[in-house]
Amino acid sequence: MSAPQVAAPPPSRSAVASGAGRVQRLLTERPIIVLLVLFVVLIAATELSPDGDVNTGWARANVQAAAILAILAAGQTLVMLTGGIDLSVANVMTAAAYVTAANGSGGEARAVALGLAVGLLVGLVNGVGVAVFRVQPLIMTLGMGAVIVGVLTVYSQQGVSGTPLVPDAVRDLGSGSFLDGTIPYNLLLWAPLAGLILYGLRASGFGRMLYAVGDNERACRLAGVRVWQVQLTVYVLCAFLSAVAGLLLLGYTNAADLELGNNYLLPSVAAVVIGGTSIFGGVGGYGGTIVGALILTVLGSLLTLLDVEEAIRQVLYGTIILVLAWAYTRVSGGTADR
Amino acid sequence: MYLLLLALLGMARGAHSTYGAFDLQSLALGALPLALAAAAQAVIVISGGIDLSVGPVMAVFNVTAARLMVDQEMGGALLIAAGILVAGVLAGALNGVLVTASRVPDIIVTLAMSFVWGGVALLILGTPGGGAPQQFLDLAGATSLSEWISNAFLFLAVCLAVIWIPVRRSRLGLAIYAIGSDPVAAFRSGIDVRRSKIAAYAIGGLFSACGGLALTATTGIGDPLSGNLYTLAGVSAIVLGGVSLAGGRGGILGPVAAAFVLTLLPTVLIFLGVDANYSQVIQGVLVVAVVMVGGLATLRRRTA
Repeated sequence: MSAPQVAAPPPSRSAVASGAGRVQRLLTERPIIVLLVLFVVLIAATELSPDGDVNTGWARANVQAAAILAILAAGQTLVMLTGGIDLSVANVMTAAAYVTAANGSGGEARAVALGLAVGLLVGLVNGVGVAVFRVQPLIMTLGMGAVIVGVLTVYSQQGVSGTPLVPDAVRDLGSGSFLDGTIPYNLLLWAPLAGLILYGLRASGFGRMLYAVGDNERACRLAGVRVWQVQLTVYVLCAFLSAVAGLLLLGYTNAADLELGNNYLLPSVAAVVIGGTSIFGGVGGYGGTIVGALILTVLGSLLTLLDVEEAIRQVLYGTIILVLAWAYTRVSGGTADR
Repeated sequence: MYLLLLALLGMARGAHSTYGAFDLQSLALGALPLALAAAAQAVIVISGGIDLSVGPVMAVFNVTAARLMVDQEMGGALLIAAGILVAGVLAGALNGVLVTASRVPDIIVTLAMSFVWGGVALLILGTPGGGAPQQFLDLAGATSLSEWISNAFLFLAVCLAVIWIPVRRSRLGLAIYAIGSDPVAAFRSGIDVRRSKIAAYAIGGLFSACGGLALTATTGIGDPLSGNLYTLAGVSAIVLGGVSLAGGRGGILGPVAAAFVLTLLPTVLIFLGVDANYSQVIQGVLVVAVVMVGGLATLRRRTA
């Protein structure tokens, strides 16, 4: 971390001219550099650790795990760019995976379609609540999460007929790889998706609209933007991406239970925040989120490698998120300040 | 909210004629930790923040209590409880200091801290275990005044009265409401916003410590994962209880009543012959509906 220890001074011309100022300005404009440095440090640490060996197998395993988190966090990024938050992503993930597995014996395409439909439905409800009825996103998605848990539990007891089965296509996509096991199949899904989101946020009218709504909702409305349509679309997209991530997770673990996605809620928010997207909206992007998801995944595998016990892992995990967010706030001159 | 609570109690009584003192005792016992979690969250949200680490903090004190008290007499247990309350203030203050010093959004700081506290709880006690002297368990489990008013209820009333009433009446209480409703205006009227915010988190920590002790007293053991439920359920309870997430509005009794409603809901559903799992659905719908109705009401007032 090259964050200055003193309170960040306003970048005056003379400060920019000095070496430290130039570094700070670079970091302010490209915070992703800090993340990439950290990422490389983590990889180096893995290589140097006694049992560590950075090779193609290691890369495949990490990319495979990171893809799930990164796709989930993609939805979260879009929502956060508009100044919202979605706390129901993990529940959507679980529900999509569970519904797909429960219907697996009745045709693969139908099962996958049903799973994805769960995502669309939840997204629609979230979106209508936030965009039309103006419920705070935190409360809307929190409430929706509880509804999903309840409905899914009842469904698991009463609605499931036939033997649960993970569709072959989903399993191959989630846990298979090709070219001698170097490239996981789910990268084939993640890479185009990431490209689309990166390009769309930068170049499409809708992408720019997300930043505009997140930056100043009122100004957008006065400028004639139909803010509710933007918000509705974003929540539907987020829930849909969560459902996709749920299917990948289903294929990865090859089994579904009612708590499948629970551990993914906090990392999805953490990946976005580490990646430099402001929780107040309008600032950030998907590039940072991708690196954030990679960092969290590599960190997790490194801690597993070092055989660190769960308690220490959690403490470290939390500390690192906090330190990164703190450093990021400092480096970027306190954009997160209200 | 109070009406809803009474209505649910009435429904329980109506659906099941033997619903009486004993059931009220178990209701108070079940609602106690959630009520304290809701109180903790309420103070912090009123000050304009949010604390996503309430559950793990409760777990930390639950396992600390269970581990230290296991071979103690009542006197020792009370001494430990006092120490835990002090530690609760410190833990809350640490959260508050991190929020104010880092200027990172409170939701992120407390999210990160929830990992840290969760890890600390696991460090203290890796697997569920420990215990406490019977007399300490009686603080929540038994009845001493009348069979209708269980000790759990008294425990809650004492915690709320001893902590909240003096705070609410002091300058600090006013400051907490002020910084929640408008930090700039509060600053201009001479309130130390940072210190008041840290104080709000510290009081929240104190309530969380009470909640941790309550968990030990109601379950009899320490469980490092026991707190996980209470973070989000606590947020649900404060929203139902009329605390505005925007800060500055609401009280503590509303959230506490909401905690009782949320605890009673599954029971009533069972009495009515409905699958108890629907209580989650109802909870979610209720939370959203309450906010929606509130939003519509303010909208109408504005247009009128």
